[in-house]
Amino acid sequence: MNGVSASAPSLLIGVGNEFRNDDALGILVAREIRRRHIPGVAVVERSGEGTALMDTWGGAALIIIVDAIFPAKSPGEIHRLDAVQEEIPRGFFHYSSHTFGVAEAVAMARQLGSLPQKLILYGIEGKEFGEGVGLSDPVLRSIPALIAMIEEDLHALHAV
Amino acid sequence: MNNRVIRVDQLARVEGEGSLIVKVSDGKVSDVKLRIFEPPRFFEAFLRGRKFTEAPDITARICGICPVAYQMSSVMAMEDAMGLTVDDGIRRLRRLLYCGEWIESHILHIYMLHAPDFLGYEDALLLAKDKPEVVANALRMKKIGNDVMCVVGGREIHPINVCVGGFYRVPRREELQPLLDPLKWGLDQAIATAKLVSTFEFPDFEMDYEFVSLRHPEEYPLMGGRIVTSSGLDISIREYEFHFEERHVPHSNALHGLERGHGRYQVGPLARFNLNFDRLSSLARQVASDVKIAPTVRNPFKSIIVRAIEAVYAYEEAIRIIEEYEPPPLASHPLTPSAGIGCGASEAPRGMLYHRYRVADDGSIRDAKIVPPTAQNQPTIEEDVRSFVGKFGGLPREELTWKCEQAVRNYDPCISCATHFVRLEEA
Repeated sequence: MNGVSASAPSLLIGVGNEFRNDDALGILVAREIRRRHIPGVAVVERSGEGTALMDTWGGAALIIIVDAIFPAKSPGEIHRLDAVQEEIPRGFFHYSSHTFGVAEAVAMARQLGSLPQKLILYGIEGKEFGEGVGLSDPVLRSIPALIAMIEEDLHALHAV
Repeated sequence: MNNRVIRVDQLARVEGEGSLIVKVSDGKVSDVKLRIFEPPRFFEAFLRGRKFTEAPDITARICGICPVAYQMSSVMAMEDAMGLTVDDGIRRLRRLLYCGEWIESHILHIYMLHAPDFLGYEDALLLAKDKPEVVANALRMKKIGNDVMCVVGGREIHPINVCVGGFYRVPRREELQPLLDPLKWGLDQAIATAKLVSTFEFPDFEMDYEFVSLRHPEEYPLMGGRIVTSSGLDISIREYEFHFEERHVPHSNALHGLERGHGRYQVGPLARFNLNFDRLSSLARQVASDVKIAPTVRNPFKSIIVRAIEAVYAYEEAIRIIEEYEPPPLASHPLTPSAGIGCGASEAPRGMLYHRYRVADDGSIRDAKIVPPTAQNQPTIEEDVRSFVGKFGGLPREELTWKCEQAVRNYDPCISCATHFVRLEEA
């Protein structure tokens, strides 16, 4: 009952808030992937509340989560984490400030033994997280490269 | 320990806005400031010029935890502006959707945010390490709320099925039936939850509050009715702004909600429970009696018990609505836009949420006012922290800091996250 096709082998979850500038990037990337109609790939948008994320990932073989990242090195920097293999630093994702976000959901699922088989987290370091609509320039410039990386992951899975 | 500063840096990554600072000088609390990030201000401006039909979907984006509250207050305000009273069946279905949100939000808060405080865990992850079965159970309880939202609202976060005048599509009976067994399981679990949280240890701390909530002639309040207070005010929702105001305070971008001639007040579970105990179901009242909680509850830390009682009510009410459900004759009432001003209020999980819109002839929004529960509770939260530190200032630094966070979390503010980033500094 999570609104996602249980049979889709891959699920892309765009996380963010479209009214908080760069926090919208996960949502906007999800919409772009949806527009491309990649076979076998379901796409959903989420606010980033952790327990709802855990409900979402169901039985997909590959899950990709896209979210904004709190600026660490430089805005626009793309990060890719294999969440099954690596621990995620808490506070890494922008939304994780909301107590129970992406990082906490992954840690909780690890604790409860309910991690998906393959879980990849993508993020771009954001610059502007104030109220407003529209991405900052450094984030905008990185979006095409991020989409290319996501497509590569999706195609790699489906080529196997 | 005579001079110190307790600092709770909230959302450091959001331009540093939002924090809790408590200053103690010569053993006395000299200053308490809670600063919160408050999205509705931007949304009020953003709504100007948009169509009246867009308000529910736009305002639902203000909060990822309580989108239904924003949708319900906005549709009721728009319907008020256009003089529409919706069919009872639509109203019941909206109530069912709202129960889904209460279940989600209350269970999330009880188990993931609040219980770890009482059980001495830094967070829910550490609780899950020790008691995985408790957390797994809580996640299952919460998911039932998601499922209700999904069936009625079209999806579990930011429902897309709500419109001014009703719903885009109403579910068939057989679509709702599969929710019954999980809801009945959830109801049993909610009763057990109330029993569990009532055994927690609560600080000996009571405050003399002015409680404010909606009150409906027959129902425990979710949507509409009148606005009542513990000091005896009883007004229509349209009169809200005559009696309540928002004031700018120098230390915060957020507005402080105040009752004219009275000052700070409290909205949320304690207010609803204390002012509407007689509107709870007999089962919910029985559970309250079993766990020895009755109006008037003045200990804010006991809000966790009241949330559990309200969760009992929400599961039970959802079951009742589904068992009696007949699809309404119309999914929505057709509406022709007309100029007008409309007000709507509903009970978000964390308290009353008020919306007012002015709509032009062509159906465009001229202006909007949104008063979220956390803004209304802000002065009360500050006063709680001030009194708590005044009473328990002798506690060891670490414990006092934790308790201050907990005092903020009692209100389940949309910023509860913030209270995990705490520093206690010597002044």
